Amino acid sequence: MAIYSIFILSKSGGLIYQYDHTSIKIEVEKTFTFPLDIQLVEQNKRIVVAFGQKDGINVGHNLLAINGIQLNGTLLDDGREVSPFLADQSNFPLSLKFGRPKLSTNEKIFLASMFYPLFAIASQLSPEIKSSGIEVLEADTFKLHCFQTLTGIKFLIVAEPKQLNVEHLLRRVYELYADFALKNPFYSLEMPIRCEQFESNLQLLLEQEKSGINNV
Amino acid sequence: MTIHNLYMFDRHGVLMYYGEWNRKRQSGMTIEEEAKLMYGMLYSIKNFVNKMSPVDVREGFQCYRTSKYALNYFETPSGVKFVMNTDLHSQGVRELLQQINSQIYIEYCVKNPAYKSGETIQCELFKTKLDELVKQSPIFKS
Repeated sequence: MAIYSIFILSKSGGLIYQYDHTSIKIEVEKTFTFPLDIQLVEQNKRIVVAFGQKDGINVGHNLLAINGIQLNGTLLDDGREVSPFLADQSNFPLSLKFGRPKLSTNEKIFLASMFYPLFAIASQLSPEIKSSGIEVLEADTFKLHCFQTLTGIKFLIVAEPKQLNVEHLLRRVYELYADFALKNPFYSLEMPIRCEQFESNLQLLLEQEKSGINNV
Repeated sequence: MTIHNLYMFDRHGVLMYYGEWNRKRQSGMTIEEEAKLMYGMLYSIKNFVNKMSPVDVREGFQCYRTSKYALNYFETPSGVKFVMNTDLHSQGVRELLQQINSQIYIEYCVKNPAYKSGETIQCELFKTKLDELVKQSPIFKS
C-alpha cells in the first residue's frame, strides 16, 4: 500500500502545492543490434517509443540512456543528436535504457488545472440533484481521492487502489494546511505554499501513515 | 440500488444510443449537447489518467464517484464506449456493461445486416433486449 502523491489546488484551479511521496521507477535496459526493431519518434524534445512494444518497453516510454550514459533531451552528452546516431550501423550493438517518463513541473501544473473542469462537468452531468464533483476517480493502476473544502480548495491524493483511510488522510492534510500555511503571516492566499513547517509536518504525517500509526 | 442512464459512443465519439431509467434530474440541455459534453469529459479523463498514473496503465479509467452517483466506464478494444450512471452502492456494473456489449450490442447490432457502424442505433430488438437485461439485473431491482 502506498500514497503516490499529493496535490493542492487553489479555489481558482491553480496548483499551489505538490508532493511526490512514493515514486515507482520503471526502467528497462536492453542490448539492441542493428537495425532497431522498435520505432522511435521525437516528441517535446524527448525520444519516445511509438511502436513495437516488447520486453517491458512500452509505447510512451522515453529513451533515457545509451550505453549507460544519460541523455540530455534528444542530445548525447557530447552534443550530438540521437536520431542520426541510432541510424548509424557502426555504433551498434548498443545498450539502450527506456523508462516511463516522470511528470515535469509543467505537466503537473497542467494536470492540476485539467482536473478543475472535470470536477465541474461531473456535477453538471449528474442524473441526481445536488451532486458534488468527483470525489474518487478509479483507474486500474491508482485511485485519486479529492476533497473540496467549503472555501473551494481541493486536496488530491493519488494512492494505490487498495490504500485504506485516504479520506481521513485528506482531512489531516487539510488540518496541516490550516495550521501551517493559513496561519503563517507570510503566506498569501492562492499563492504556492512555501512553508517549511507545513512541508515537514506533511512528510511526518505520510511517514506515520506508512508505518501504520494512524491506522487505529 | 438503481441505474440512472446509459450512453454508448462509437470510436469517433458519436452517440450511438442513449437509454434512461431512473433519472431524477435533467441537465437542461438537449441530448446531443449533453452527449458532446460527456464525451469531451471522458476524453479528458482518459488523458488525465494516462498522464497521472504512476505505472503503465492497461485498462485505464474505470469509474468515478461523486457524493450522489457513480459513473462507470467500459471501453471495448474496438473503441466502443459504454458509460453507465448508477447510484453509489451498485456493484458489478462493469460486468453488466460487458454483458450489454457481448449479449446485446454484438448480437443485435453488429450482426444485424441493416445496421451501419457509426449510426444511431434504431433497431427495435436491440432496445427491447437492452431494456430487459437492465431491468433483470440485480443492480436495477434492489
